Amino acid sequence: MTSSKNSTLYLSPPRSDLWLAVGLRLLAATGIALLAIIVWCLLSEAWKVLAQVGVGHFITDSTWHPLEHTFGLAPMALASVASSIGALLLAGPVGIGTAVYCRFYCGPRQSSAMRQLLGVFGGVPSVVFGFWGLTILVPLIADSHPPGASLLTGSLVLAMMILPTVALVSHAALDAVPQAHIAAAHALGMRRGSIVLHVALVSARHGILAGLVMSLGRALGETMAMLMVSGNIVQVPSSVFDSVRSLAANIALEMAYATGIHRSALYACGLVLIAIVTASTLISQRLVQRVSYDPT
Amino acid sequence: MTAAYRLSELAYPFAAACCVGMLALLLGPIFLHGWHTVTWSFLTEDPTHSGRGGGILPILVSTGLLLCVAMAVAVPSGLAAAILLSEETRKCTSLSRTVSTSLDVLAGVPSIVYGLFGNAFFSIYLGLGFSILSGGLTLACMVLPIFVRTAEAGFIAVPDDWRLGAAALGLSKWTTLVRIQLPAAAPSIAVGLVLGIGRALAETAALIFTSGYVDRMPSSLLDSGRSLSVHIYDLSMNIPGAERSAYASAFVLIVLLLIINGSASWLTERLLHRRIVRS
Repeated sequence: MTSSKNSTLYLSPPRSDLWLAVGLRLLAATGIALLAIIVWCLLSEAWKVLAQVGVGHFITDSTWHPLEHTFGLAPMALASVASSIGALLLAGPVGIGTAVYCRFYCGPRQSSAMRQLLGVFGGVPSVVFGFWGLTILVPLIADSHPPGASLLTGSLVLAMMILPTVALVSHAALDAVPQAHIAAAHALGMRRGSIVLHVALVSARHGILAGLVMSLGRALGETMAMLMVSGNIVQVPSSVFDSVRSLAANIALEMAYATGIHRSALYACGLVLIAIVTASTLISQRLVQRVSYDPT
Repeated sequence: MTAAYRLSELAYPFAAACCVGMLALLLGPIFLHGWHTVTWSFLTEDPTHSGRGGGILPILVSTGLLLCVAMAVAVPSGLAAAILLSEETRKCTSLSRTVSTSLDVLAGVPSIVYGLFGNAFFSIYLGLGFSILSGGLTLACMVLPIFVRTAEAGFIAVPDDWRLGAAALGLSKWTTLVRIQLPAAAPSIAVGLVLGIGRALAETAALIFTSGYVDRMPSSLLDSGRSLSVHIYDLSMNIPGAERSAYASAFVLIVLLLIINGSASWLTERLLHRRIVRS
Protein backbone atom coordinates (compact mmCIF):
# COMPACT_ATOMS: atom_id res chain seq x y z
CA MET A 1 0.00 0.00 0.00
CA THR A 2 1.35 3.40 -0.95
CA SER A 3 1.54 6.20 1.51
CA SER A 4 -0.66 9.29 1.00
CA LYS A 5 2.48 11.30 0.29
CA ASN A 6 3.35 9.08 -2.65
CA SER A 7 -0.15 9.11 -4.11
CA THR A 8 -0.29 12.91 -4.17
CA LEU A 9 2.97 12.78 -6.05
CA TYR A 10 1.35 10.41 -8.51
CA LEU A 11 -1.73 12.57 -9.02
CA SER A 12 0.12 15.81 -9.66
CA PRO A 13 -0.05 16.57 -13.39
CA PRO A 14 2.98 15.63 -15.48
CA ARG A 15 5.35 18.39 -16.52
CA SER A 16 4.21 18.25 -20.14
CA ASP A 17 0.70 19.26 -19.05
CA LEU A 18 1.98 22.36 -17.30
CA TRP A 19 3.83 23.37 -20.43
CA LEU A 20 0.69 22.63 -22.42
CA ALA A 21 -1.46 24.88 -20.24
CA VAL A 22 1.06 27.74 -20.42
CA GLY A 23 1.64 27.31 -24.14
CA LEU A 24 -2.05 27.16 -24.97
CA ARG A 25 -2.78 30.30 -23.01
CA LEU A 26 0.11 32.18 -24.60
CA LEU A 27 -0.83 31.17 -28.15
CA ALA A 28 -4.52 31.80 -27.60
CA ALA A 29 -3.74 35.22 -26.20
CA THR A 30 -2.37 36.25 -29.62
CA GLY A 31 -6.00 37.04 -30.53
CA ILE A 32 -6.23 39.58 -27.73
CA ALA A 33 -2.73 40.88 -28.42
CA LEU A 34 -3.60 41.29 -32.08
CA LEU A 35 -6.65 43.42 -31.38
CA ALA A 36 -4.65 45.53 -28.93
CA ILE A 37 -1.84 46.01 -31.46
CA ILE A 38 -4.28 46.96 -34.22
CA VAL A 39 -5.99 49.60 -32.10
CA TRP A 40 -2.68 50.86 -30.74
CA CYS A 41 -1.22 51.09 -34.26
CA LEU A 42 -4.18 53.05 -35.62
CA LEU A 43 -4.19 55.35 -32.60
CA SER A 44 -0.48 56.07 -32.70
CA GLU A 45 -0.56 56.77 -36.45
CA ALA A 46 -3.65 58.94 -36.13
CA TRP A 47 -2.31 60.75 -33.05
CA LYS A 48 -0.46 63.36 -35.10
CA VAL A 49 -3.58 64.69 -36.78
CA LEU A 50 -5.73 64.34 -33.66
CA ALA A 51 -3.21 66.37 -31.63
CA GLN A 52 -2.49 69.01 -34.27
CA VAL A 53 -5.92 69.54 -35.76
CA GLY A 54 -8.31 68.16 -33.20
CA VAL A 55 -11.38 66.00 -33.49
CA GLY A 56 -13.67 68.96 -34.14
CA HIS A 57 -12.32 69.65 -37.62
CA PHE A 58 -13.25 66.19 -38.80
CA ILE A 59 -16.88 66.96 -38.07
CA THR A 60 -17.16 70.67 -38.84
CA ASP A 61 -14.98 71.09 -41.96
CA SER A 62 -17.16 70.93 -45.05
CA THR A 63 -14.61 69.47 -47.48
CA TRP A 64 -11.76 66.96 -47.58
CA HIS A 65 -8.54 68.66 -48.71
CA PRO A 66 -5.96 67.22 -46.34
CA LEU A 67 -3.10 69.11 -47.99
CA GLU A 68 -4.88 72.40 -47.28
CA HIS A 69 -5.73 71.24 -43.77
CA THR A 70 -9.45 70.77 -44.15
CA PHE A 71 -10.48 67.35 -42.95
CA GLY A 72 -14.26 67.15 -43.25
CA LEU A 73 -15.30 63.52 -43.06
CA ALA A 74 -19.03 64.31 -43.13
CA PRO A 75 -19.61 63.98 -46.93
CA MET A 76 -17.79 60.63 -47.05
CA ALA A 77 -19.43 59.32 -43.88
CA LEU A 78 -22.78 60.34 -45.35
CA ALA A 79 -21.96 58.52 -48.59
CA SER A 80 -20.96 55.37 -46.69
CA VAL A 81 -24.10 55.40 -44.56
CA ALA A 82 -26.44 56.27 -47.46
CA SER A 83 -25.09 53.56 -49.75
CA SER A 84 -25.16 50.95 -46.98
CA ILE A 85 -28.71 51.77 -45.92
CA GLY A 86 -29.78 51.75 -49.57
CA ALA A 87 -28.17 48.34 -49.97
CA LEU A 88 -29.95 47.08 -46.87
CA LEU A 89 -33.33 48.34 -48.12
CA LEU A 90 -32.76 46.52 -51.41
CA ALA A 91 -31.27 43.31 -50.04
CA GLY A 92 -33.38 43.01 -46.86
CA PRO A 93 -36.76 42.09 -48.41
CA VAL A 94 -35.22 39.87 -51.10
CA GLY A 95 -32.98 38.08 -48.59
CA ILE A 96 -35.74 37.50 -46.05
CA GLY A 97 -38.09 36.39 -48.84
CA THR A 98 -35.50 33.90 -50.06
CA ALA A 99 -35.07 32.57 -46.53
CA VAL A 100 -38.84 32.13 -46.11
CA TYR A 101 -38.98 30.35 -49.46
CA CYS A 102 -36.19 27.97 -48.44
CA ARG A 103 -37.76 27.23 -45.08
CA PHE A 104 -41.48 26.96 -45.88
CA TYR A 105 -42.09 26.80 -49.61
CA CYS A 106 -39.81 24.12 -51.00
CA GLY A 107 -38.65 20.62 -50.28
CA PRO A 108 -35.52 19.78 -48.26
CA ARG A 109 -33.45 18.94 -51.32
CA GLN A 110 -34.30 22.20 -53.09
CA SER A 111 -33.69 24.08 -49.86
CA SER A 112 -30.22 22.62 -49.38
CA ALA A 113 -29.36 23.29 -53.04
CA MET A 114 -30.47 26.88 -52.56
CA ARG A 115 -28.27 27.23 -49.49
CA GLN A 116 -25.31 25.80 -51.38
CA LEU A 117 -25.92 28.40 -54.06
CA LEU A 118 -26.10 31.16 -51.44
CA GLY A 119 -22.81 29.87 -50.05
CA VAL A 120 -21.21 30.24 -53.47
CA PHE A 121 -22.76 33.70 -53.82
CA GLY A 122 -21.36 34.73 -50.45
CA GLY A 123 -17.91 33.48 -51.38
CA VAL A 124 -17.56 35.66 -54.47
CA PRO A 125 -14.74 38.11 -53.76
CA SER A 126 -15.55 41.80 -53.44
CA VAL A 127 -13.16 42.68 -56.26
CA VAL A 128 -15.23 40.52 -58.64
CA PHE A 129 -18.39 42.36 -57.57
CA GLY A 130 -16.58 45.62 -58.22
CA PHE A 131 -15.31 44.44 -61.59
CA TRP A 132 -18.80 43.27 -62.58
CA GLY A 133 -20.31 46.60 -61.50
CA LEU A 134 -17.66 48.51 -63.42
CA THR A 135 -18.03 46.60 -66.70
CA ILE A 136 -21.77 45.80 -66.73
CA LEU A 137 -23.74 47.99 -64.34
CA VAL A 138 -21.96 51.34 -64.76
CA PRO A 139 -22.35 51.48 -68.60
CA LEU A 140 -25.98 50.41 -68.21
CA ILE A 141 -26.80 53.28 -65.84
CA ALA A 142 -24.57 55.73 -67.74
CA ASP A 143 -26.86 55.31 -70.76
CA SER A 144 -29.68 57.10 -69.01
CA HIS A 145 -27.96 59.00 -66.21
CA PRO A 146 -24.27 59.76 -66.86
CA PRO A 147 -21.67 59.33 -65.41
CA GLY A 148 -23.08 56.02 -64.23
CA ALA A 149 -20.64 55.52 -61.37
CA SER A 150 -22.92 56.75 -58.61
CA LEU A 151 -24.49 56.27 -55.22
CA LEU A 152 -27.15 54.07 -56.86
CA THR A 153 -24.58 51.78 -58.50
CA GLY A 154 -22.74 51.50 -55.19
CA SER A 155 -25.96 50.60 -53.36
CA LEU A 156 -26.91 48.01 -55.97
CA VAL A 157 -23.53 46.28 -55.87
CA LEU A 158 -23.45 46.39 -52.05
CA ALA A 159 -26.97 44.95 -52.00
CA MET A 160 -25.81 42.00 -54.08
CA MET A 161 -22.84 41.51 -51.78
CA ILE A 162 -24.85 41.37 -48.56
CA LEU A 163 -27.82 39.46 -50.01
CA PRO A 164 -26.41 35.96 -49.27
CA THR A 165 -25.54 36.92 -45.68
CA VAL A 166 -29.02 38.31 -45.06
CA ALA A 167 -30.65 35.23 -46.59
CA LEU A 168 -28.49 32.68 -44.75
CA VAL A 169 -28.76 34.37 -41.34
CA SER A 170 -32.52 34.80 -41.75
CA HIS A 171 -32.82 31.16 -42.72
CA ALA A 172 -30.92 30.13 -39.60
CA ALA A 173 -33.22 32.33 -37.49
CA LEU A 174 -36.34 30.82 -39.10
CA ASP A 175 -34.94 27.34 -38.57
CA ALA A 176 -34.57 28.09 -34.87
CA VAL A 177 -38.29 28.81 -34.47
CA PRO A 178 -39.59 25.94 -32.28
CA GLN A 179 -41.41 23.30 -34.32
CA ALA A 180 -44.15 23.29 -31.67
CA HIS A 181 -45.15 26.86 -32.58
CA ILE A 182 -45.49 25.99 -36.26
CA ALA A 183 -47.41 22.80 -35.44
CA ALA A 184 -49.75 24.68 -33.09
CA ALA A 185 -50.42 27.26 -35.80
CA HIS A 186 -51.24 24.46 -38.23
CA ALA A 187 -53.55 22.89 -35.66
CA LEU A 188 -55.39 26.20 -35.35
CA GLY A 189 -56.06 26.00 -39.08
CA MET A 190 -53.84 28.92 -40.10
CA ARG A 191 -52.78 29.11 -43.71
CA ARG A 192 -49.13 28.83 -44.67
CA GLY A 193 -48.86 32.53 -45.52
CA SER A 194 -50.35 33.55 -42.19
CA ILE A 195 -48.08 31.19 -40.31
CA VAL A 196 -45.07 32.76 -41.99
CA LEU A 197 -46.23 36.32 -41.31
CA HIS A 198 -47.74 35.98 -37.85
CA VAL A 199 -45.78 33.14 -36.26
CA ALA A 200 -42.43 32.40 -37.92
CA LEU A 201 -41.27 35.91 -38.80
CA VAL A 202 -42.48 37.31 -35.47
CA SER A 203 -40.69 34.61 -33.53
CA ALA A 204 -37.48 34.95 -35.56
CA ARG A 205 -37.43 38.75 -35.66
CA HIS A 206 -34.45 39.25 -33.34
CA GLY A 207 -32.29 36.80 -35.27
CA ILE A 208 -33.23 38.38 -38.59
CA LEU A 209 -32.58 41.86 -37.24
CA ALA A 210 -29.18 40.73 -35.96
CA GLY A 211 -28.35 39.49 -39.46
CA LEU A 212 -29.42 42.79 -40.97
CA VAL A 213 -27.29 44.81 -38.56
CA MET A 214 -24.33 42.50 -39.23
CA SER A 215 -24.75 43.00 -42.99
CA LEU A 216 -24.96 46.75 -42.47
CA GLY A 217 -21.59 46.59 -40.74
CA ARG A 218 -20.15 44.61 -43.63
CA ALA A 219 -21.55 47.08 -46.18
CA LEU A 220 -20.14 50.06 -44.25
CA GLY A 221 -16.68 48.53 -44.22
CA GLU A 222 -16.72 47.39 -47.83
CA THR A 223 -13.88 48.92 -49.80
CA MET A 224 -13.21 47.46 -53.22
CA ALA A 225 -16.74 47.40 -54.63
CA MET A 226 -17.47 50.98 -53.58
CA LEU A 227 -14.07 52.11 -54.81
CA MET A 228 -14.68 50.65 -58.26
CA VAL A 229 -18.31 51.61 -58.92
CA SER A 230 -19.21 54.80 -57.07
CA GLY A 231 -17.11 57.42 -58.86
CA ASN A 232 -14.96 58.59 -55.93
CA ILE A 233 -15.87 62.30 -55.94
CA VAL A 234 -16.00 63.81 -52.45
CA GLN A 235 -19.39 65.51 -52.30
CA VAL A 236 -22.73 65.42 -50.58
CA PRO A 237 -24.91 63.71 -53.18
CA SER A 238 -28.00 65.63 -54.31
CA SER A 239 -29.51 62.64 -56.08
CA VAL A 240 -28.85 58.92 -56.27
CA PHE A 241 -27.14 59.41 -59.64
CA ASP A 242 -24.34 61.57 -58.18
CA SER A 243 -20.84 60.20 -57.74
CA VAL A 244 -19.77 59.74 -54.13
CA ARG A 245 -16.74 58.52 -52.21
CA SER A 246 -17.10 56.27 -49.17
CA LEU A 247 -14.84 56.40 -46.11
CA ALA A 248 -13.24 53.03 -46.87
CA ALA A 249 -12.68 53.88 -50.54
CA ASN A 250 -11.04 57.14 -49.47
CA ILE A 251 -8.41 55.24 -47.49
CA ALA A 252 -7.69 52.86 -50.38
CA LEU A 253 -7.43 55.72 -52.89
CA GLU A 254 -5.10 58.00 -50.99
CA MET A 255 -2.87 55.63 -49.00
CA ALA A 256 -0.65 55.14 -52.04
CA TYR A 257 0.71 58.70 -51.99
CA ALA A 258 -0.24 60.09 -48.58
CA THR A 259 2.54 61.32 -46.29
CA GLY A 260 2.78 63.19 -43.00
CA ILE A 261 -0.42 64.64 -41.67
CA HIS A 262 -2.40 63.40 -44.66
CA ARG A 263 -1.42 59.79 -43.89
CA SER A 264 -2.28 60.37 -40.28
CA ALA A 265 -5.73 61.65 -41.28
CA LEU A 266 -6.33 58.44 -43.23
CA TYR A 267 -5.60 56.42 -40.09
CA ALA A 268 -8.16 58.59 -38.30
CA CYS A 269 -10.60 57.57 -41.06
CA GLY A 270 -9.76 53.96 -40.26
CA LEU A 271 -10.52 54.59 -36.57
CA VAL A 272 -13.92 56.04 -37.47
CA LEU A 273 -14.62 53.02 -39.64
CA ILE A 274 -13.59 50.53 -36.95
CA ALA A 275 -15.79 52.38 -34.42
CA ILE A 276 -18.85 52.23 -36.70
CA VAL A 277 -18.35 48.56 -37.51
CA THR A 278 -17.64 47.53 -33.91
CA ALA A 279 -20.81 49.33 -32.80
CA SER A 280 -22.85 47.38 -35.32
CA THR A 281 -21.21 44.09 -34.26
CA LEU A 282 -22.04 44.77 -30.62
CA ILE A 283 -25.66 45.69 -31.41
CA SER A 284 -26.03 42.54 -33.46
CA GLN A 285 -24.59 40.41 -30.63
CA ARG A 286 -26.93 42.02 -28.13
CA LEU A 287 -29.86 41.14 -30.40
CA VAL A 288 -28.71 37.53 -30.71
CA GLN A 289 -28.38 37.26 -26.93
CA ARG A 290 -31.91 38.55 -26.54
CA VAL A 291 -33.10 35.67 -28.71
CA SER A 292 -31.82 33.12 -26.24
CA TYR A 293 -33.55 34.88 -23.32
CA ASP A 294 -36.76 35.43 -25.26
CA PRO A 295 -39.43 33.16 -23.79
CA THR A 296 -41.60 33.29 -26.92
CA MET B 1 -58.35 33.87 -50.68
CA THR B 2 -57.78 37.59 -50.75
CA ALA B 3 -55.65 39.19 -53.45
CA ALA B 4 -53.14 40.39 -50.89
CA TYR B 5 -52.71 36.88 -49.55
CA ARG B 6 -52.14 35.45 -53.01
CA LEU B 7 -49.63 38.23 -53.73
CA SER B 8 -47.65 37.41 -50.59
CA GLU B 9 -47.63 33.73 -51.60
CA LEU B 10 -46.02 34.75 -54.89
CA ALA B 11 -43.54 37.15 -53.31
CA TYR B 12 -41.37 34.47 -51.64
CA PRO B 13 -40.66 32.39 -54.77
CA PHE B 14 -40.08 35.64 -56.61
CA ALA B 15 -37.46 36.73 -54.05
CA ALA B 16 -35.73 33.38 -54.34
CA ALA B 17 -35.78 33.63 -58.13
CA CYS B 18 -34.28 37.14 -57.87
CA CYS B 19 -31.46 35.71 -55.77
CA VAL B 20 -30.66 32.96 -58.28
CA GLY B 21 -31.03 35.41 -61.17
CA MET B 22 -28.54 37.83 -59.63
CA LEU B 23 -25.98 35.08 -59.18
CA ALA B 24 -26.44 34.10 -62.83
CA LEU B 25 -26.12 37.75 -63.92
CA LEU B 26 -22.95 38.09 -61.88
CA LEU B 27 -21.16 34.92 -62.90
CA GLY B 28 -22.57 34.61 -66.44
CA PRO B 29 -20.49 37.33 -68.13
CA ILE B 30 -17.34 36.29 -66.29
CA PHE B 31 -17.70 32.68 -67.39
CA LEU B 32 -18.62 33.65 -70.96
CA HIS B 33 -15.70 36.04 -71.42
CA GLY B 34 -13.23 34.12 -69.30
CA TRP B 35 -13.79 30.69 -70.78
CA HIS B 36 -12.13 31.45 -74.13
CA THR B 37 -9.19 33.42 -72.77
CA VAL B 38 -8.00 30.97 -70.16
CA THR B 39 -5.61 28.59 -71.87
CA TRP B 40 -2.65 26.63 -70.62
CA SER B 41 -0.30 29.36 -71.84
CA PHE B 42 -2.31 32.02 -69.94
CA LEU B 43 -1.60 30.11 -66.74
CA THR B 44 2.09 29.55 -67.46
CA GLU B 45 3.36 32.81 -68.98
CA ASP B 46 4.55 36.11 -67.58
CA PRO B 47 2.27 39.12 -68.06
CA THR B 48 3.27 41.53 -70.85
CA HIS B 49 2.31 45.20 -71.44
CA SER B 50 1.48 45.62 -67.74
CA GLY B 51 -1.05 42.80 -67.91
CA ARG B 52 -2.77 43.48 -71.23
CA GLY B 53 -1.16 40.41 -72.78
CA GLY B 54 0.65 37.31 -71.61
CA GLY B 55 -0.35 35.21 -68.65
CA ILE B 56 -0.53 35.22 -64.87
CA LEU B 57 2.11 32.75 -63.69
CA PRO B 58 3.98 35.11 -61.31
CA ILE B 59 0.66 36.26 -59.89
CA LEU B 60 -0.42 32.70 -59.18
CA VAL B 61 2.94 32.01 -57.50
CA SER B 62 2.66 35.14 -55.32
CA THR B 63 -0.91 34.24 -54.39
CA GLY B 64 0.21 30.75 -53.38
CA LEU B 65 3.07 32.11 -51.27
CA LEU B 66 0.76 34.64 -49.57
CA LEU B 67 -1.66 31.84 -48.68
CA CYS B 68 1.16 29.64 -47.34
CA VAL B 69 2.50 32.38 -45.07
CA ALA B 70 -0.98 33.28 -43.86
CA MET B 71 -2.01 29.72 -43.01
CA ALA B 72 1.37 28.80 -41.49
CA VAL B 73 0.97 31.65 -39.00
CA ALA B 74 -2.78 31.45 -38.41
CA VAL B 75 -3.07 27.69 -37.87
CA PRO B 76 -0.93 27.17 -34.71
CA SER B 77 -2.28 30.14 -32.77
CA GLY B 78 -5.77 29.49 -34.10
CA LEU B 79 -5.66 25.87 -32.97
CA ALA B 80 -4.50 26.90 -29.51
CA ALA B 81 -7.29 29.45 -29.24
CA ALA B 82 -9.85 26.90 -30.40
CA ILE B 83 -8.67 24.30 -27.86
CA LEU B 84 -8.65 26.85 -25.07
CA LEU B 85 -12.11 28.17 -25.94
CA SER B 86 -13.65 24.70 -26.24
CA GLU B 87 -11.99 23.41 -23.04
CA GLU B 88 -13.06 26.37 -21.03
CA THR B 89 -16.50 27.14 -22.41
CA ARG B 90 -17.99 25.32 -19.46
CA LYS B 91 -15.66 26.99 -16.99
CA CYS B 92 -16.07 30.39 -18.70
CA THR B 93 -12.83 31.89 -17.44
CA SER B 94 -12.06 35.55 -18.01
CA LEU B 95 -9.26 34.65 -20.45
CA SER B 96 -11.53 32.59 -22.69
CA ARG B 97 -14.22 35.26 -22.58
CA THR B 98 -11.75 37.97 -23.57
CA VAL B 99 -10.31 35.83 -26.37
CA SER B 100 -13.82 35.12 -27.63
CA THR B 101 -14.86 38.79 -27.64
CA SER B 102 -11.68 39.96 -29.32
CA LEU B 103 -12.11 37.32 -32.03
CA ASP B 104 -15.66 38.56 -32.65
CA VAL B 105 -14.42 42.12 -32.98
CA LEU B 106 -11.54 41.01 -35.24
CA ALA B 107 -13.99 39.17 -37.49
CA GLY B 108 -15.88 42.41 -38.04
CA VAL B 109 -12.93 44.73 -38.69
CA PRO B 110 -13.12 45.93 -42.32
CA SER B 111 -10.38 44.63 -44.58
CA ILE B 112 -9.08 48.10 -45.44
CA VAL B 113 -8.39 48.67 -41.73
CA TYR B 114 -6.32 45.47 -41.73
CA GLY B 115 -4.48 47.01 -44.67
CA LEU B 116 -3.78 50.19 -42.70
CA PHE B 117 -2.60 48.14 -39.73
CA GLY B 118 -0.44 45.86 -41.85
CA ASN B 119 1.16 48.80 -43.57
CA ALA B 120 1.96 50.57 -40.31
CA PHE B 121 2.99 47.52 -38.28
CA PHE B 122 4.50 44.89 -40.58
CA SER B 123 5.73 47.05 -43.47
CA ILE B 124 7.07 50.05 -41.57
CA TYR B 125 7.41 49.25 -37.85
CA LEU B 126 8.86 45.76 -38.35
CA GLY B 127 10.65 46.93 -41.50
CA LEU B 128 9.36 44.19 -43.81
CA GLY B 129 8.43 46.71 -46.49
CA PHE B 130 6.03 45.88 -49.28
CA SER B 131 6.56 42.15 -49.25
CA ILE B 132 4.80 38.83 -49.45
CA LEU B 133 5.75 38.27 -45.81
CA SER B 134 3.95 41.37 -44.56
CA GLY B 135 0.97 40.67 -46.83
CA GLY B 136 0.77 37.09 -45.61
CA LEU B 137 0.99 38.13 -41.96
CA THR B 138 -1.82 40.65 -42.51
CA LEU B 139 -3.91 37.91 -44.11
CA ALA B 140 -3.15 35.64 -41.15
CA CYS B 141 -4.72 38.21 -38.82
CA MET B 142 -7.84 38.31 -41.02
CA VAL B 143 -8.16 34.53 -41.28
CA LEU B 144 -7.66 33.84 -37.55
CA PRO B 145 -11.28 34.46 -36.38
CA ILE B 146 -12.85 32.24 -39.07
CA PHE B 147 -10.39 29.42 -38.46
CA VAL B 148 -10.83 29.53 -34.69
CA ARG B 149 -14.62 29.51 -34.81
CA THR B 150 -14.76 26.52 -37.17
CA ALA B 151 -12.11 24.49 -35.35
CA GLU B 152 -13.69 25.31 -31.98
CA ALA B 153 -16.97 23.76 -33.11
CA GLY B 154 -15.05 20.55 -33.88
CA PHE B 155 -13.44 20.42 -30.42
CA ILE B 156 -16.76 21.08 -28.69
CA ALA B 157 -18.34 18.21 -30.65
CA VAL B 158 -15.83 15.68 -29.25
CA PRO B 159 -17.94 13.60 -26.80
CA ASP B 160 -17.19 14.29 -23.14
CA ASP B 161 -17.04 10.53 -22.49
CA TRP B 162 -13.88 10.26 -24.54
CA ARG B 163 -12.14 12.88 -22.45
CA LEU B 164 -13.34 11.30 -19.23
CA GLY B 165 -12.34 7.87 -20.48
CA ALA B 166 -8.87 9.12 -21.28
CA ALA B 167 -8.61 10.69 -17.83
CA ALA B 168 -9.75 7.41 -16.22
CA LEU B 169 -7.01 5.57 -18.09
CA GLY B 170 -4.52 8.01 -16.61
CA LEU B 171 -3.49 9.61 -19.88
CA SER B 172 -1.91 13.02 -19.57
CA LYS B 173 -3.74 16.00 -21.02
CA TRP B 174 -1.10 16.29 -23.70
CA THR B 175 -1.65 12.69 -24.82
CA THR B 176 -5.42 13.11 -24.70
CA LEU B 177 -5.10 16.18 -26.88
CA VAL B 178 -2.76 14.69 -29.45
CA ARG B 179 -4.18 11.14 -29.59
CA ILE B 180 -7.91 11.74 -29.06
CA GLN B 181 -9.10 15.31 -29.39
CA LEU B 182 -7.03 16.39 -32.40
CA PRO B 183 -7.90 13.36 -34.56
CA ALA B 184 -11.57 13.64 -33.57
CA ALA B 185 -11.68 17.32 -34.46
CA ALA B 186 -9.56 16.93 -37.61
CA PRO B 187 -12.46 17.27 -40.09
CA SER B 188 -13.60 20.61 -38.75
CA ILE B 189 -10.01 21.81 -38.54
CA ALA B 190 -9.75 20.94 -42.24
CA VAL B 191 -12.96 22.82 -43.00
CA GLY B 192 -11.67 25.84 -41.08
CA LEU B 193 -8.44 25.66 -43.05
CA VAL B 194 -10.32 25.59 -46.35
CA LEU B 195 -12.65 28.43 -45.36
CA GLY B 196 -9.68 30.49 -44.22
CA ILE B 197 -7.88 29.93 -47.52
CA GLY B 198 -11.06 31.00 -49.32
CA ARG B 199 -11.27 34.22 -47.35
CA ALA B 200 -7.57 34.97 -47.86
CA LEU B 201 -7.83 34.29 -51.59
CA ALA B 202 -10.75 36.69 -51.96
CA GLU B 203 -9.00 39.53 -50.15
CA THR B 204 -7.87 42.66 -51.99
CA ALA B 205 -8.03 45.77 -49.87
CA ALA B 206 -5.73 44.48 -47.15
CA LEU B 207 -3.05 43.49 -49.66
CA ILE B 208 -2.68 46.64 -51.79
CA PHE B 209 -0.63 48.43 -49.14
CA THR B 210 1.12 45.43 -47.62
CA SER B 211 2.21 43.04 -50.37
CA GLY B 212 2.29 45.62 -53.13
CA TYR B 213 1.67 45.75 -56.84
CA VAL B 214 4.73 44.28 -58.54
CA ASP B 215 3.76 41.72 -61.19
CA ARG B 216 7.07 39.96 -61.75
CA MET B 217 8.05 36.61 -60.29
CA PRO B 218 8.86 37.00 -56.56
CA SER B 219 12.40 35.91 -55.76
CA SER B 220 11.88 35.56 -52.00
CA LEU B 221 9.32 36.13 -49.28
CA LEU B 222 10.71 39.61 -48.78
CA ASP B 223 9.95 40.49 -52.39
CA SER B 224 6.78 42.32 -53.32
CA GLY B 225 4.14 40.20 -55.04
CA ARG B 226 0.72 40.81 -56.52
CA SER B 227 -2.16 38.53 -55.59
CA LEU B 228 -4.79 37.45 -58.09
CA SER B 229 -7.48 39.73 -56.67
CA VAL B 230 -5.15 42.75 -56.67
CA HIS B 231 -4.33 41.88 -60.29
CA ILE B 232 -8.03 42.05 -61.23
CA TYR B 233 -8.40 45.36 -59.42
CA ASP B 234 -5.35 46.87 -61.10
CA LEU B 235 -6.30 45.66 -64.58
CA SER B 236 -9.83 46.97 -64.38
CA MET B 237 -9.12 50.32 -62.70
CA ASN B 238 -5.68 51.47 -63.81
CA ILE B 239 -4.92 49.83 -67.14
CA PRO B 240 -7.18 50.68 -70.07
CA GLY B 241 -7.67 47.94 -72.66
CA ALA B 242 -6.94 45.06 -70.30
CA GLU B 243 -10.52 43.85 -69.95
CA ARG B 244 -9.83 40.52 -71.61
CA SER B 245 -7.11 39.64 -69.10
CA ALA B 246 -9.24 40.98 -66.26
CA TYR B 247 -12.13 38.72 -67.24
CA ALA B 248 -9.77 35.76 -67.54
CA SER B 249 -8.19 36.44 -64.13
CA ALA B 250 -11.63 36.85 -62.56
CA PHE B 251 -12.58 33.51 -64.13
CA VAL B 252 -9.52 31.81 -62.66
CA LEU B 253 -10.20 33.33 -59.22
CA ILE B 254 -13.86 32.27 -59.27
CA VAL B 255 -12.99 28.73 -60.34
CA LEU B 256 -10.38 28.46 -57.56
CA LEU B 257 -12.94 29.69 -55.03
CA LEU B 258 -15.59 27.30 -56.33
CA ILE B 259 -13.16 24.41 -55.90
CA ILE B 260 -12.35 25.56 -52.36
CA ASN B 261 -16.00 26.12 -51.49
CA GLY B 262 -16.92 22.74 -52.92
CA SER B 263 -14.22 20.92 -51.00
CA ALA B 264 -15.32 22.66 -47.79
CA SER B 265 -18.89 21.45 -48.16
CA TRP B 266 -17.68 18.02 -49.30
CA LEU B 267 -15.51 17.78 -46.17
CA THR B 268 -18.41 18.81 -43.95
CA GLU B 269 -20.79 16.35 -45.58
CA ARG B 270 -18.49 13.30 -45.72
CA LEU B 271 -16.02 13.52 -42.88
CA LEU B 272 -18.15 15.24 -40.25
CA HIS B 273 -21.16 13.04 -40.80
CA ARG B 274 -19.11 9.86 -40.81
CA ARG B 275 -17.44 10.96 -37.60
CA ILE B 276 -20.75 11.51 -35.87
CA VAL B 277 -22.14 8.17 -37.06
CA ARG B 278 -19.11 6.28 -35.82
CA SER B 279 -18.98 7.88 -32.40
